[in-house]
Amino acid sequence: MGREFLTVYWREMIRFVRFKGQLFAALVQPALWLLLFGIAMTSNFDSNPFAMPTIPGVVSVDYLTFMAAGVMAMTALFTCLFGGMGLLFDKNWGIMKEMLASPMPSYHIQIGVGLGGVTKSFIQVGLIMVFGLVLGVKFFLGFSALETVFAVLGIFAFIMIFSAGFIFLSAGLAMRVESMESVQAMMTLLTLPLMFSSNALYSTSSFPVWLQTISSVNPLTYLVNGIRYFALGNDFTAMGTHYEYTGGEIALSFAVLLVFAGLTFVFAWRAFRTAKVT
Amino acid sequence: MASAIIEVTDLEHSFGDVKAVDKVSFTVEEGEIFSFLGPNGAGKSTTINVLTTQLPCQKGIVRVCGFDVRTNRQAVKKSIGVVFQDEVLDRDMTVRETLEFHGRIYSMPRSERLARETELIELVELEQKLNVRTKHLSGGMKRRLEIARGLMTRPRVLFLDEPTIGLDPQTRLKIWDYIKGINEEGTTIFLTTHYMDEADTLSDRIEIIDYGKIIATGTSDSLKNTLGEDMIYLQTGDDDRALGLAESMSDVTGVKKTSKGLELILSADGGRVMPKILSSIGKESIEILSVRMKKPSLDDVFVHYTGRELRAESAENAFHRRRRH
Ligand SMILES: Nc1ncnc2c1ncn2[C@@H]1O[C@H](COP(=O)(O)OP(=O)(O)OP(=O)(O)O)[C@@H](O)[C@H]1O
Ligand SMILES: [Mg+2]
Repeated sequence: MGREFLTVYWREMIRFVRFKGQLFAALVQPALWLLLFGIAMTSNFDSNPFAMPTIPGVVSVDYLTFMAAGVMAMTALFTCLFGGMGLLFDKNWGIMKEMLASPMPSYHIQIGVGLGGVTKSFIQVGLIMVFGLVLGVKFFLGFSALETVFAVLGIFAFIMIFSAGFIFLSAGLAMRVESMESVQAMMTLLTLPLMFSSNALYSTSSFPVWLQTISSVNPLTYLVNGIRYFALGNDFTAMGTHYEYTGGEIALSFAVLLVFAGLTFVFAWRAFRTAKVT
Repeated sequence: MASAIIEVTDLEHSFGDVKAVDKVSFTVEEGEIFSFLGPNGAGKSTTINVLTTQLPCQKGIVRVCGFDVRTNRQAVKKSIGVVFQDEVLDRDMTVRETLEFHGRIYSMPRSERLARETELIELVELEQKLNVRTKHLSGGMKRRLEIARGLMTRPRVLFLDEPTIGLDPQTRLKIWDYIKGINEEGTTIFLTTHYMDEADTLSDRIEIIDYGKIIATGTSDSLKNTLGEDMIYLQTGDDDRALGLAESMSDVTGVKKTSKGLELILSADGGRVMPKILSSIGKESIEILSVRMKKPSLDDVFVHYTGRELRAESAENAFHRRRRH
């Protein structure tokens, strides 16, 4: 395979750093969210004694720490869900025609854009994590240095697969539709249910069954599981819920995300293979 | 002996019910400047899109540089350069990045890429704009950049779809110079344009296409000659009667009534035919208001073959469409 996808990636990154306002918003927004939402909710939940029955011997996690994992996951979701939007611009007002007329196979565009999405997710998630730790998020508590490195790698592996899945989804959609409005509508339609049917901000254990079913096919849930497992360990309580993860469950979560990324890869690959702009 | 670098046989292309290209056949010789002329919607861009593999070849046979567009798409793409009718630029990339990106997606080695960039930037005189984003370039500069980009890979054929649309006369002359220069270095040029002077100056050979069909072909001179030796523009006190008289005369092969008067096409030297025409009109005591004689231009050829009615889209609109919203 040629390396032309690196050129597409190079351009993605040029565009990422070139729009200073957008870059600033992309980096500051999740941090702000963590700061305002996290601290507001923490002071609400953590002061309510009924919400926090603790189990002796099990780590009890405060809300800020609990939701930090969720904010990291949601940031990756938003970044990638809207990450394919650039392709729609390229189709209508940009250089998609040039790329499709070149001998570069069109899946290189997909891979380049995918790498771009993953990189952007990494940068944002990394920043939130650091910012969160500064704010008092208690990740990696009692971990040795080596364990911490391993945990961070685990988190990023989850972020990578999840981001790839969503960037392919949005790239595939962008290549199939004509207008900005229709993608935007689709994205808005997708984000809210994805966010609120997941375990990013609260426990799903008291959901009605139908909502639990939705939650269990929601990739966001699996990403959050992965992050919490690596950041908080396999046994903790938060907001009155006892979380116990086994290695098998986490492997399964990863597998689910892999399948999701595989499906969206094919979805995007087909869209690129038949793409034409005239 | 030149050989055919583009061979098109019975090409057809439809968009739903619209037959954009209808059984078109032609060849382009290696090293020539070939012009494809036709009114708006005639099927020029569609033909280019098939030749450059942007659209599938629905029916017919198309070979570019010896490769079949259907079975050897990659090889075709590698041997051609395209300057699209619409602006295809990333507004937020700089001039240098635009060329760099192109060279990279065509897998050019670094040293060759850099050498070509320097050379082409000089050719299209954008040295001062190297690090300027394309959105800050003028229309003519953008076009020059697109032409430079099309040349990055030293293509054997360069397709130019209306390269000078909406540009000022100076810039057009400059671009003509580039096109001639490139052609002299051996690149075959496939050109479409709505400017007849452009086609006249540049082309070795011309095809006129309308409603998806080729309706005339030849060199600029041969096309003018088939139209006639000379043309006379005539305004009289009674155009209808004058028209009847002119039609019946020998050496007059065509008479057309326009809003400005009569238009006569002559098959013999106008200097000898005109006195006869004028005297026969004078005899009928029809007043002659003005008379003007000239050699047929490519404009006349074009209008003769494609008629006078307006097409769905004027050149003016096409220009506005090219600009960004
Ligand atoms: N993508 C498309 N979908 C549907 N119809 C199309 C499409 N592209 C072109 N057509 C139609 O095909 C016909 C030929 O269009 P084409 O763009 O080839 O004309 P053209 O000769 O390049 O005209 P112009 O001088 O205005 O650029 C027109 O009737 C046009 O409406
Ligand atoms: Mg056209």
